[in-house]
Amino acid sequence: MQQEVNDRGLLEEVTQFIYREARLQDDHAYDEWEALWSDDGIYWIPANGEGTDPENEMSIVYDNRSRIALRIRQFHTGKRFSQTPRSRLRRIVSNIEILERDGDQIRATSNAMVFESSVRGDTVWASRNEYRLRRGEGGLLMALKKVVLVNNETALYSMAFLI
Amino acid sequence: MNHAAPVIPIAPIAARAPIWDQLVRPEHVHGSLYTDPAIFQEELRKIWYRTWVYVGHESEVPKANDFVMKSIGPEPIIMTRDRENKINLLHNRCPHRGNRVCMSEKGSARSFTCPYHGWTFANDGQLKGYPFPSGYEGADRSELGLGRVARVASYKGFVFGSFADEGPTLLEHLGAAKDSIDLLCLNSPEGEVEITAGFLKHKVKSNWKFLVENETDGYHPSFVHASIFEVAQSGIGSLYSSDSTAVSRYMGNGHSENDLRPEFRKRDIPMSWFNTTAERLPAYVASMNTTYGIDKAREIMIDGTPHTMIFPNLFIAEIQLFVIQPLALNETVQHVTALQFKGAPDLNRRMRQQTMGSVGPAGFLLADDAEMYERTQLGVQASNPEWLFLGRGIHRERTDENGHLIGDATDETPSRGIWRHYRSMMEAA
Repeated sequence: MQQEVNDRGLLEEVTQFIYREARLQDDHAYDEWEALWSDDGIYWIPANGEGTDPENEMSIVYDNRSRIALRIRQFHTGKRFSQTPRSRLRRIVSNIEILERDGDQIRATSNAMVFESSVRGDTVWASRNEYRLRRGEGGLLMALKKVVLVNNETALYSMAFLI
Repeated sequence: MNHAAPVIPIAPIAARAPIWDQLVRPEHVHGSLYTDPAIFQEELRKIWYRTWVYVGHESEVPKANDFVMKSIGPEPIIMTRDRENKINLLHNRCPHRGNRVCMSEKGSARSFTCPYHGWTFANDGQLKGYPFPSGYEGADRSELGLGRVARVASYKGFVFGSFADEGPTLLEHLGAAKDSIDLLCLNSPEGEVEITAGFLKHKVKSNWKFLVENETDGYHPSFVHASIFEVAQSGIGSLYSSDSTAVSRYMGNGHSENDLRPEFRKRDIPMSWFNTTAERLPAYVASMNTTYGIDKAREIMIDGTPHTMIFPNLFIAEIQLFVIQPLALNETVQHVTALQFKGAPDLNRRMRQQTMGSVGPAGFLLADDAEMYERTQLGVQASNPEWLFLGRGIHRERTDENGHLIGDATDETPSRGIWRHYRSMMEAA
């Protein structure tokens, strides 16, 4: 049964979680970021629109939990050249809303603008992010993070950092 | 370290027409080939708007009246299947005032109507009509259709177009690369490839030729992809080492490949080319056995799929299809998708998953290749040394039984061949 979602306390908790996730990504704090995921987490960046069926159509990223771990291990080798040197990143996250709450399951959304400075030059990325969060022992965990880039129907430069 | 390129002073490119034999030599190419805007314009004219360029696959327009937006170089091209099931390649430009007549990536349409003045064209390009026709009394409607790519031909569903009215046929152009398409299709239980998974479009700030050369450069994987080889159980690394029995090959007409079959045959394990085993793909193996018989199927599943760069823009990379599109001197897009074999759902699913992991803007492999293209593009803007050195393996280059040049897995035989072909195209009038 869906509960009332205009709960200021919960919104504050979700907001703090999303801000923390943003900071860990900007700071390349890979292990702390990985610890935000639930065991069945899915990190999804669709291509070509809002997201057709990722099981049948290409996505920019469609990582299950073990592939998220592989991505992090690749960063840690120090030879992930598209992030060596690392992109310098700062992002603004805003428009945080809780769309649904069902027991311990929360569906939230935000907008994000990411400024990237890299060898290639400066790039601005804009997205609508959708989260499915779940309450774990130590706080909230991400079961899904879906990043819908505003320009994902166009050709995109490499984005090998965490978005 | 300085490779001793012969020092022949050359005048600045802008001051005169390039003398190609002074820019492209057997073991060296001049850095300006990647940085000179005049050379890029000349390449559009002499390569992209002349030779056969891969456009799309017939399976992308499966039904009558389907269309999909494609390109030849920077030019947008609408690939349509008309009501007679014929494939057409049309320029996306209204012959009246030059507006774009199609703004959708794909769909189904019997006709395209220009939004500016309402001119309407059938999906084979013919003008169907324009509003207030009395204003065009005496006009020849047959001359007012959409521009058509002069020549269209396909091989096993792969559709190519050429802007030139005359020239070698598609089969003549493909030459030995035809065998790679055959080999690819042979890995399908129904003998056919399908392009149905949608494309990733990965843009790089680099000249297109760095990409073409990199596709069959067997020297870089050990270094550029060390990060993923280290953490994933990948069988790719050992294919491109100095111990590998794989060969690099220049196939003529600009086409090149890394022929990995000698290594796979040494392993003698079906599906090892895909870094998996027959047990994990029972449905696929059963279909292959039914189609080809157990012995032939085993042979095919050991050999695997090709790793072939068909000049100038089609790269078949085992499980992926790449289409290289130059947009500007230092801007190139790689369109990439998972290959899908007709009648092989279990294999196709794995090919999609692996493709999503490895290519595109965030791919475990391609993001690092892209980084190299972009840094080489920055690098060649430095003025000293002026030349790039392509001499790797020239002392051990040899000819195979078909008369093609081959080198070791990590040798630059493909790049030298590509540049020889490039020079011959650029030297033509």
